[in-house]
Amino acid sequence: MMAMLEIQHVHTYYGNIHALKDISLNIDKGEIVTLIGANGAGKSTTLKTISGLLRPRHGTIQFEGEDLTRYLPHEIVAKGVVQVPEGRRVFGRLTVTENLEMGAFAITDRQVISKNLERVFALFPRLKERRHQVAGTLSGGEQQMLATGRALMANPRVLLMDEPSMGLAPVLVDNIFDTIRQLHADGTTILLVEQNARIALQVASRGYVLQSGVILLNDTAENLRMNEMVRKAYLGES
Amino acid sequence: MSITHSLWKTGLKTGLIGGVVSVLLALIGMVEGFSQRDIINEVISMGHTLLLLVVVFITYLSAKRTTSRTKVLALVNSLVTGIVTGIFLVLLVILGNVVNLRSIFVNASPVLYNIMTFGQGLMNGSLLLLVVAALIGLLTGLVYLLPNLLRRVLVTSLSSVVLAGVVQDLLRPTLAAWGPIAVVSEWIFTANGLSLPGAIVLAVVIAIILLFWSFKGKAIQTGVKNLPSGQQRVLRYIGFSILILVFLILPQVLGLFLSEVLTIVGLYVLLGLGLNIVVGYAGLLDLGYVAFFAIGAYTAAILTSPELGFFHFSFWSALPIAIIMGIISGVILGIPVLKMRGDYLAIATLGFGEIIRILVLSDFLRPWLGGAQGVGKIPKASIGSFEFARPQEIYYLILAGCLLVIFISLRLRDSRLGRAWMAMREDEDVAQAMGINLVATKLLAFATGAGFSALSGAIFASKLSSVYPHSFNVMISINIICLIIVGGMGSIPGVIVGSVALVGLPELLREFAEYRLLVYGAALVVMMLLKPEGLWPAEIRRRELHEGEPKTTEQVLPPEGGLSSNEEGA
Repeated sequence: MMAMLEIQHVHTYYGNIHALKDISLNIDKGEIVTLIGANGAGKSTTLKTISGLLRPRHGTIQFEGEDLTRYLPHEIVAKGVVQVPEGRRVFGRLTVTENLEMGAFAITDRQVISKNLERVFALFPRLKERRHQVAGTLSGGEQQMLATGRALMANPRVLLMDEPSMGLAPVLVDNIFDTIRQLHADGTTILLVEQNARIALQVASRGYVLQSGVILLNDTAENLRMNEMVRKAYLGES
Repeated sequence: MSITHSLWKTGLKTGLIGGVVSVLLALIGMVEGFSQRDIINEVISMGHTLLLLVVVFITYLSAKRTTSRTKVLALVNSLVTGIVTGIFLVLLVILGNVVNLRSIFVNASPVLYNIMTFGQGLMNGSLLLLVVAALIGLLTGLVYLLPNLLRRVLVTSLSSVVLAGVVQDLLRPTLAAWGPIAVVSEWIFTANGLSLPGAIVLAVVIAIILLFWSFKGKAIQTGVKNLPSGQQRVLRYIGFSILILVFLILPQVLGLFLSEVLTIVGLYVLLGLGLNIVVGYAGLLDLGYVAFFAIGAYTAAILTSPELGFFHFSFWSALPIAIIMGIISGVILGIPVLKMRGDYLAIATLGFGEIIRILVLSDFLRPWLGGAQGVGKIPKASIGSFEFARPQEIYYLILAGCLLVIFISLRLRDSRLGRAWMAMREDEDVAQAMGINLVATKLLAFATGAGFSALSGAIFASKLSSVYPHSFNVMISINIICLIIVGGMGSIPGVIVGSVALVGLPELLREFAEYRLLVYGAALVVMMLLKPEGLWPAEIRRRELHEGEPKTTEQVLPPEGGLSSNEEGA
């Protein structure tokens, strides 16, 4: 079976800086795959390359048999490859509902939008309570819910999550990852980029370890958790 | 000891600011220049009012800034501020009498000192000045301590009197045309300023109206709200028709000069609404906006002027071509600056504006564009035998343009494209991640704004019957940005209010003309400090700048609500 999202031999440059060196990874339908690595390893670059914000110099990105590198960012969103941006980045001056509606920009069918809105409110009852509140006044955890909900409004076929745990208190991180599990149970395909390798490897089925733009390891989450190198470098165990 | 010391501090510091500001106003000639006109006849001139208003404002600020809660302290502080400001002014008078300051400050004349000392001579006058400043400090401190309602009534009625005095030239001739009101107006106004009894009655009447509204206003509002929706709608239609009627008869009432002012304000409203789309909706800071105004004006000129003799279009057939030229040049400007943001965008667009001005000025293009002499003999617009020639007639042309542009602006704001602009303004990267086509969205913003500007330019060309390169300098762009900021970014009524305040008022107050830029600068600084969201802000700006205040956060969705907007468009 062909993978839903398949990245092959991708090289991405920032000017002369070779940021991604021959990256290959694949994600099957309904799977959670995590990409872990330290700061500057190329995790966010990989996501930006997939969503079309950066163009790879070599390599292909196949999504359900189509080459994504030929499309513009907004066309890629319309195809169902949707990003939850790093650091949440909600529209601070808009209300919660307005933020969510903005997430559905690529969708023109009103009924689909209200159905999605209900679904997001069912997933995050907290957002429903605060639907008229200005997003900038939400707490960090609520903003992460909103950023996730906003991405879900676009009917994602693959959800690209960039560091959802960033800057959140541990209890909120657990909350967010409960949501990710729930999304997985509902059948959403997720590519999860995380610095917090411990928790990422708990929810993911497979993982890739990225270092200096190169994929070092590629294995099931369980094997990665057991891996000597991963334990030392990313899980902080000795 | 240190506590008593810090008691004074606020008053002292604010007083220093007040002193510097009032001395500055005196030295640049504003006080003297304004003294030609009386606010209240034979009682107080505009120059004195200006000087004393600074003291009022600064002492009020001092009372307000007093951090401690004791009332006495606020009073002490505003008194100290008044005295310190007074000392500065007295020092200026004494210094001016001892040393000749005129070699540096041309306005530091004996006339100025005479005005500042109320014509009472050096000794007595200086003392009087100091006492007046101190008294004002004391009184403002007392006003600050008044209960909210009383203070508001007092401040509003007094400032209405000052305002009536300032715009007397507008009010007097206008009211004189209205039979019974003319009698009242004759009584309130003298040839120079309000009459003393007139001013008192005016203040009292306004105070009574305010008091009445504060006690009964709520009841009336809820009364209207409780009416059946049919009647409410009728009421709204009546209000709307009255408004339209007022706009329609306005030039007939106001006469030539004021109609001319109205047409200028109207042209700036048109320009402002266009730039409001670029800056207010889409968040792209465009400083070269005057370029599209020039392109519209020159396109109309080339197509219609017999002086150049290329074409002999009528105004109406040249107008759409001018707008299309504007739109095209908007896109042409947009393409190279697509990747630029913020300050870089501002500088690039500034350059574009200058390029257009220099092109129309150039000798190289002189055979086609007229060079420094410009293009003349541009025909007026006409419908049948009715010609839009005098300001009273051109007014209707501009009014129609404004209504059209307001309508388009409103529809765009609530459309899918408007949503995309909003997202782009809030966060370009995330907007892209939401599936918004940044390139198209940006270019559409530039094109729409440029189209409005070109429309304004074509009307401008026909209004003046001629176009000159120097009409299109960078100051126009700056003025438009200022009026948008003062009015409230992204707000349509804000653009109108801003145009009236920044373009209309200086036209009416000849005294201000010389200090226009200074007043702009001061107005902008004061606005940013006191009301950063603008005079009539758009809902979203209000939210941003008063974040967390319960009233705004609990506000229900705007009626145009997001969901319905997704019906239209692609």
